[in-house]
Amino acid sequence: MENFEPVIVAFCCHYCAYTAADMAGSMRLTYPPNVKIIRVPCTGKVDTKHILQAFQHGADGVYIAGCLAGDCHFKNGNIKAARRVARAKKLLGEIGIEEDRVEMITMSAGMGERFAQTATEITEKIRNMGPNPVTVFRVGQKQPT
Amino acid sequence: MITAERKPMEEILEHINPYNRILLVGCNECVTVCAAGGRKEVGLLSAALQMAYMKEGRTLEVKEITLERQCDPEYIEELVTQIDRAEAVLSMACGCGVQEIAKRYTTKPVFPAVNTKSMGASERQGVWAERCRGCGDCLLGLTGGICPIARCSKRIMNGPCGGSTKGKCEISPDVDCAWNLIWERLKELGLEKKYEEITEAKDWRPSWHGGPRKIIREDMAE
Repeated sequence: MENFEPVIVAFCCHYCAYTAADMAGSMRLTYPPNVKIIRVPCTGKVDTKHILQAFQHGADGVYIAGCLAGDCHFKNGNIKAARRVARAKKLLGEIGIEEDRVEMITMSAGMGERFAQTATEITEKIRNMGPNPVTVFRVGQKQPT
Repeated sequence: MITAERKPMEEILEHINPYNRILLVGCNECVTVCAAGGRKEVGLLSAALQMAYMKEGRTLEVKEITLERQCDPEYIEELVTQIDRAEAVLSMACGCGVQEIAKRYTTKPVFPAVNTKSMGASERQGVWAERCRGCGDCLLGLTGGICPIARCSKRIMNGPCGGSTKGKCEISPDVDCAWNLIWERLKELGLEKKYEEITEAKDWRPSWHGGPRKIIREDMAE
């Protein structure tokens, strides 16, 4: 557990969080390398199944980073994503996996600092929670397939 | 459409617990529309069940397949190439689909993954409400297109009853009084006179009370 390095999957909207991650880089801000970014055209594109499959394939935590309320490039993709996160939480809870392993967060493209801060906070939270119980029995875990 | 809701995960897991290889069968019809058992729900349930097994250090092999319809033997036949590999079948269709699979593949246990609820319509996105109870003798023509059998809690034929308050039913302020709706609708149509007609006690024989029902179209049946 001391050497536990969580794998965090972040689904980032092209129009906000992904650009914010870019901004964090330009600002020379550091954030944990545990966060693996998946760029999506809109967080509304992320289905509940994608979230579950991330856990199934070894992620310890997942977050969806979308635009601020009312700022979605496609009108309401971020609202849809928030609902799907709520559904994923419920499903995870039903099979005995901590609901807090998945979160929905929002930011604008200019919030490089918020991106780095969120990545750090979520990584720390998951590190304290320990490994995803699904992967505990897996040999050579922490390498998502 | 026939509406359904996924069963609690605990119940599904209890059913499939003795097995390690299952065939998870969805249906492309009603349960897809009410988001209970279509291709997407099959994928979600499959991922969740596999994770539940992995948590226990077990492996669950799931073959996902979504049939065009589970209530027709032609489509059930499509499972013939998959069924041998599976130890059990988990169906996400309504009760009709589950029974059709059980009838065709007699050596495999079949379990339902959804609870079939009612014949309903979409009220708005994500909300489905009961509209028909299949009583076998439709009286919507008398009641302005609003069904007192499906939508009145007491199923009374000459309403409303004393429990109707401000257009709502006494069982819950969220439930409309069907007879209030009927009255308002008849008024709108200028057919208030219809309301004055006393409907006799309903003959329930065409409903389930006469035993399981069957329709035979002689021009089509072989």
